[in-house]
Amino acid sequence: MTTRDIVFTAVGAVTALSALLSVTTKQVVHAALWLLVCLGSLAGAYLVLGQELVGLVQLLVYVGAIVVLVLFALMLTRAPIGPHAEIDTPWWQRLAGALLGAATTALLASLLLPLFSGATADLDTPTTTTPQVAQAVFGTWVWPFELLSVLLLVALIGAFAVSRLVLHRDGADGADGARHPGTVSSGARSDGRG
Amino acid sequence: MSDLAPWLEVVLRAVAVLAAFLVLPLLVGQTEHKVMAHMQGRLGPMYAGGFHGWAQLVADGVKFVQKEDITPARADRWVFRLAPFVALIPYLVALAVIPLSPRVVGADVAASVVLVLAVIGVGVIGTLMAGWASANKYSLLGAMRAAAQLVSYELPMVLAVASVALAAGTLSLVSIAEAWNPWWLLWQLPGAVVFLVAALAELQRPPFDMPLADSEIVFGAFTEYTGLRFAFFLLAEYAGIVVMSLLFAVLYLGGWSGPLEQWLGWLWTVLKGFLVAVVVIWLRVSWPRMREDQLQRLAWVWLVPMALFQLALTAVGVVVFP
Repeated sequence: MTTRDIVFTAVGAVTALSALLSVTTKQVVHAALWLLVCLGSLAGAYLVLGQELVGLVQLLVYVGAIVVLVLFALMLTRAPIGPHAEIDTPWWQRLAGALLGAATTALLASLLLPLFSGATADLDTPTTTTPQVAQAVFGTWVWPFELLSVLLLVALIGAFAVSRLVLHRDGADGADGARHPGTVSSGARSDGRG
Repeated sequence: MSDLAPWLEVVLRAVAVLAAFLVLPLLVGQTEHKVMAHMQGRLGPMYAGGFHGWAQLVADGVKFVQKEDITPARADRWVFRLAPFVALIPYLVALAVIPLSPRVVGADVAASVVLVLAVIGVGVIGTLMAGWASANKYSLLGAMRAAAQLVSYELPMVLAVASVALAAGTLSLVSIAEAWNPWWLLWQLPGAVVFLVAALAELQRPPFDMPLADSEIVFGAFTEYTGLRFAFFLLAEYAGIVVMSLLFAVLYLGGWSGPLEQWLGWLWTVLKGFLVAVVVIWLRVSWPRMREDQLQRLAWVWLVPMALFQLALTAVGVVVFP
């Protein structure tokens, strides 16, 4: 067992443990914080495997941006400190969640383990460098990459359209809202209904 | 230092980075005291230590250590106590990979630019944890303002840095500074302006100190903190100024390029970084605090398009003058 093996086992154990804690904790903000630890140590796992760029981008995107947004959204709902009866789940939901999670894990494991069981990588002389990652993304896989970009753009425009359309329909109810269809706020909406 | 044992070299480098991390923020803090005072027509600290109050921040540190470490009764104990360290450690990691010269660098990492950006993005989580765990409405408001601000300003900052990396054709800070030439001062000017403004916002320094706004929400996410933990948040802010100033010097001002750079390279980087830090202090004295909507408007209406324009400009430059 080399040093790299030991470090990888440790990082993997932290990842798995924090993932488990993230779904079992009774406090909603703690779940997000454990998710943070999980995604951060996953970046560590990439680093141990010699994929520096992937690990750093994981840190930049998931830890630095996505979990921050999750925490931000949680704080908007005034997530309480300590366990709370209102946001607890009944036992059958927990059971269903555990079953679904186990099934997904089994499915992924049965698919991926045979696929990569024989794969080896020489970690002392890493072959995948940043230019190679870039060439793979913008060369070989450029069409899936572009399709994903379009999907994200559609989602963005869709979210924007949904929020605008809902505002517009509400505003059309009242005379006040109809006069300023572009600038209807929640205040103007209640005026129109009153 | 190649003739030393590997473990000894690692320990020496870590100690050197830690020393820089503890000394440079104090220097910036003292400079802020004095420069601000003189810009406002007063003297600033004059007594502590004798000569122009040089020991003022040391005295402040001693005062912070003596204060009681209070955790509010309704706070989330562990998250509250961990938050200052989560805010502080990312800047320590960032400082370790910023080169002062090709040989004076804590740890030479291949993709150091991405590493610096990634860990700076992690720092905000300390503020969020502090704000939520304090069980105080002002803290929560401050944390939410901080999150909204930092998520908005991270995008223009990453785009501006991406433009420099594109111009140099590498993700290593050492290679970027080596690829620099004086024309970049003009070519990368829009990106440099975007970076400086976004860095100020990331540090939550005036005029971007909405998350702390003392006249509205006491002291934002740090309201409930006392003693050493509060001092750690302050240290994180000043360490942030050091990191951002040195980063600006390395990315946009050529780092160690200057006369006798074989021997004095590290001195030029430090001096350029110090100059940027003085500009950061100057901006604090000159501008009033921005309102939340003005702040978001500045990020999305001005900085993001400017950064995208800079990216296009860089791409054209790289293709036309290879």
